[in-house]
Amino acid sequence: MTAAIQFDQLRLPPECERLRDEVRAFVAEEMEAGNIKANGATGGDSFNRDFSRKVGAKGWLGMTWPKQYGGHERTFLERFVVTEELRIANAPVRLHFVADRQSGPILLRYAPEHVKMKVLPAICRGECCFAIGMSEPNSGSDLFAARTKATKTDGGWLINGTKIWTSNAHQADYMIGLFRTSSSTKENRRHGLTQFLVDMKTKGITCNPVYQITGHHDFNEVVFDNAFVPDDHVLGEIDGAWKQATSELAYERSGPERFLETYYVLEELVRVLGPDPDVRGAEGLGRLVAQLHTLRRMSVSVAGMLHAGKEPVLEAAIVKDVGTIWEQRLPHKARELAAFSEPEATNQIPFEEKLAYATTIAPKLTIQGGTTEVLRGIIARGLGLR
Amino acid sequence: MSETSAIVAETAARIFEDLGDPQTINQAKDDAWQGPLWESLQESGLTLAWVADTLGGAGASLADGFEVVKVAGRFASPLPVAETLLAGWLLSEAGLECPTGPMTIAPSRWSDELKIDAAGVLSGKSRAVPFAKRAEHVAVLADGPQGPVVALVRLADTRSGDGRNLAGDSSGEVLFDKVTAVAQAAAPAGLDRQRLMLLGATVRANQMAGALETVLAITTRYAGERVAFEKTISKFQAVQHNLARLAGETAAAVAAAGSAADTFANGITDDRLFLEAAGAKIRVAEAATEGASIGHQVHGAIGFTKEHILHRFTLRLWAWRDDFGNESDWAVRLGRMIAAKGADELWPLVASR
Repeated sequence: MTAAIQFDQLRLPPECERLRDEVRAFVAEEMEAGNIKANGATGGDSFNRDFSRKVGAKGWLGMTWPKQYGGHERTFLERFVVTEELRIANAPVRLHFVADRQSGPILLRYAPEHVKMKVLPAICRGECCFAIGMSEPNSGSDLFAARTKATKTDGGWLINGTKIWTSNAHQADYMIGLFRTSSSTKENRRHGLTQFLVDMKTKGITCNPVYQITGHHDFNEVVFDNAFVPDDHVLGEIDGAWKQATSELAYERSGPERFLETYYVLEELVRVLGPDPDVRGAEGLGRLVAQLHTLRRMSVSVAGMLHAGKEPVLEAAIVKDVGTIWEQRLPHKARELAAFSEPEATNQIPFEEKLAYATTIAPKLTIQGGTTEVLRGIIARGLGLR
Repeated sequence: MSETSAIVAETAARIFEDLGDPQTINQAKDDAWQGPLWESLQESGLTLAWVADTLGGAGASLADGFEVVKVAGRFASPLPVAETLLAGWLLSEAGLECPTGPMTIAPSRWSDELKIDAAGVLSGKSRAVPFAKRAEHVAVLADGPQGPVVALVRLADTRSGDGRNLAGDSSGEVLFDKVTAVAQAAAPAGLDRQRLMLLGATVRANQMAGALETVLAITTRYAGERVAFEKTISKFQAVQHNLARLAGETAAAVAAAGSAADTFANGITDDRLFLEAAGAKIRVAEAATEGASIGHQVHGAIGFTKEHILHRFTLRLWAWRDDFGNESDWAVRLGRMIAAKGADELWPLVASR
């Protein structure tokens, strides 16, 4: 009986704990300065150019990348610590987060040298915002249904079509987009899509806002009308984007941001329940903390295994599945547990405000970056079922 | 996992495969298979892994012992392997020599009160003592006149009940009615009821994680074999999603239990240990509730039969939730600790290792 699932035990090394202290000191300073709002639930979702620059100046962006591109050649475990501490503080990381987590690594792997030299150092400085151009009006979870076209022209490609639900697009400097360069084939319906780096200032690109149920503007519809992308902005193999979903996915799926997005509700719940909660409150809180603790240990373990050169693909997908469902249910659970708390509790108002925000963003948590249903298909494949 | 831990795990697995295979023992007409299995485990030193070699044990590390426990769980062992390990640990901590043969441990519930006087006479009762009818000795942590005392008692000297847990394993009340201990010693500093419960919870959590691994393995295999509507049921999306959820629960159990074991093995004793051990018992018990149910759902009627081995795992998973503190009990204790420390201390504790 061999185990299908493995979580190696890892205790974060001393350099990580030293770094954690540095990040906490920085967060405290930024709170003092008013750049991080202690009472604002929306903090993590906001853009703050100054803040992102400061994070870059600290050396906390592109942490694992080669120094020649502005990176710092530190470990994934160190990056893990920075990510979780900034997330817990609800710091305004929106501007740089996607670029640092996802787009940079793709460029590192597939962009030509001169493009890397131009873009990666800007990401490391915290000056570069990225959007991901995947979903289309008729292509969401089923990426291979994408129809937005890239047609070959002199020196590059002309893009025509529409991307939708594109977060950050209205603020982004660049998009990494997935466009159709050929038809799919009978043998391989995944064939025919290519990844491109798109400068968002390119003529022929229009961003239209799509407001979310939170009332915020994050989503966009991005329309391409003969937008020109030069040849050297092709990322990887033409028609072969489907081969390029690599081990980076494990990082993307298993990071602490996959269960900490509504953490502030739990913290406020502790305040609402007070120092001596009744049995119902104590039991509910104890279970939530046990669940959070378990998720974090899973996430730390996956980071450790990746760091050690293993490929815990199944474990990483599981962290995202279990983690996003947990962070989605958290506000509802906290609401129930707070039902009998005294309205005079000193933090009732911040609790209610944060709860309202977390409740409205909760639906997206199991949709963005791959729905629960798609993820469970991936886990089933990992178990050898398909 | 260290190299020695891996060797220990491999040795234990080999013994269980040879002499304690769930399929074989499920079909056995009597308990004759139990003798050779126990003898083999005992001879290889696995049952007394946590006893110092000077006191009659194998002197293995805590980490090695947790591997034995996890393997025993993978085979849903109905022998007091985990209990003998725990009893040995308790006796060894107090510097008491260990007898051979199966042992158990008391108390396994928070509310049981056991007292011992200066002459070494015990009184009180302990409920749901695992293997009360099978073990020869029980290691007891009792309240003495000057603090906690570790005592070794012959079960024949007590009155032990015939109770059984959900899986039919002996789990009965043990009445210490002026029973004289075979040996006794003051518990060393730091060894109190809470520490015993924390270790017991971590041990059960690891057994349960092992049992869930097997539930996942046999359920996945079954889904790939069983044909319905002209294809294997593993091809149905609804079944795949159930199995993905089972994998998620198993993963949570393996990670939480392993982390708590690692914390113990590293000698951490403060609030971090409490979070790890209590957190593991809570989360693993939740996983047991959910995971065993999914295992049954996917197996359909065959999994509900005596003939199939699934019940050996699922019923023990559900029974073990109650030993050494159930999940509700630990959750109240953990919740109170978090509330008393306050909101600002929550994250630093969670992120402490």
